[in-house]
Amino acid sequence: MAQKEIEVILTRQLASYLAMPIIIVDSSRTLLFYNEPAERILGMRFEETGEVPADEWMTTTLVTDEGGTPLAPEMRPLMIAVTERRPTHGDMWLQGLDHVHRHIEITAFPLIGQAERHLGAMAIFWEVKE
Amino acid sequence: MKVTLWGTRGSIAAPGAETARYGGNTACVEVRGTDGTVLVLDAGTGIRRLGMSLPRSVSRVNILLTHLHMDHLQGLGFFAPLYNPEAEVHIWGPASTTLSLQRRLMRYLSPPLFPVRLRELPCRFVLHEVPCGDFEVGEFHVSSALICHPGPTVGYRIATARATLAYLTDHEPVLGMQQFPLAGEWTSGYAIAAGADLLIHDAQYSSEEYARCVGWGHSALEHALAFAALTKVKHFVPFHHDPAHDDDDLDRLTAEAVTATAPSFAISPGAEGAIFELES
Repeated sequence: MAQKEIEVILTRQLASYLAMPIIIVDSSRTLLFYNEPAERILGMRFEETGEVPADEWMTTTLVTDEGGTPLAPEMRPLMIAVTERRPTHGDMWLQGLDHVHRHIEITAFPLIGQAERHLGAMAIFWEVKE
Repeated sequence: MKVTLWGTRGSIAAPGAETARYGGNTACVEVRGTDGTVLVLDAGTGIRRLGMSLPRSVSRVNILLTHLHMDHLQGLGFFAPLYNPEAEVHIWGPASTTLSLQRRLMRYLSPPLFPVRLRELPCRFVLHEVPCGDFEVGEFHVSSALICHPGPTVGYRIATARATLAYLTDHEPVLGMQQFPLAGEWTSGYAIAAGADLLIHDAQYSSEEYARCVGWGHSALEHALAFAALTKVKHFVPFHHDPAHDDDDLDRLTAEAVTATAPSFAISPGAEGAIFELES
């Protein structure tokens, strides 16, 4: 069993205490963890799914713009944070496994450890109340 | 692999009659290989006596610092091989995100904290920053990884073909955990300790004391025992004893913990002078 890097472990612990929806992915875009507030937006429970491979969670969550046009994975803030290693912010609609469309804002930033180790990225969601 | 404890105390040296059995010197452990390789884990006040015990014929010493808190560094300036021009002293330790290991060490080895500057030491000095992947020192295969403690801090895993030592002297894996332990992959230090023959691990506090010291980077004995069970070590050495705990306190805390948890592995509270021979 491979152990996560300490920065990732501590990020999960922080996320588990915060009331904002937070998700954490590793550098290969595997969904490592999402906290309880994020469970409501994603429509799934971490205790039931555990880690989710990138190709799985990218397809089970539908992300669109205001007009309903799906956003390409490379346009999603979390993917930009992982692949381009820079923070980004976006406004979009997300449909999780519960099939509910939610208007969300998302801020994502890369997780870079000591010695420039690229560990993945973290995203914080806000549900926009219309 | 021969493991000798030269300092087992945490935070600050605590010499006195009341700590004579477990010792008052701060963290320092010698690991000696069958080929004569000398590893020194941390440079607490215990390193002074270790340095005096080394024959001058030992030409290379390898110091592995877990971090640069004072109780792990205070003895460095009093380590005899540093003043031997024939000696080669390698030091591994963590940089910070903004300062190199050398600059961090210079903060201690320079006035006003210490009269001798790093560059004035007559030995040949070689610095190595960790974590840096695995590396070899003599017959030892060494791994390091950042662990949960304030500031850059690593644990070390030292292995030969037939024995493994894990050293996590300042470690609070329970911090922020809503249940402890989680699976190993989500537990700080797991990769360093998994399956080790000997685990030397922080056990500074009683459970009651820990409740007042959350986030200070140390473990209660109860947590260290749970960590040892999770990692399936064969022998656990509680270490980094609180300076306020005298010998009788350590005896009592250990006895209570053993009674409460009935561990499946051996427990030997770290005592200055204790020697562990691991098959190698």
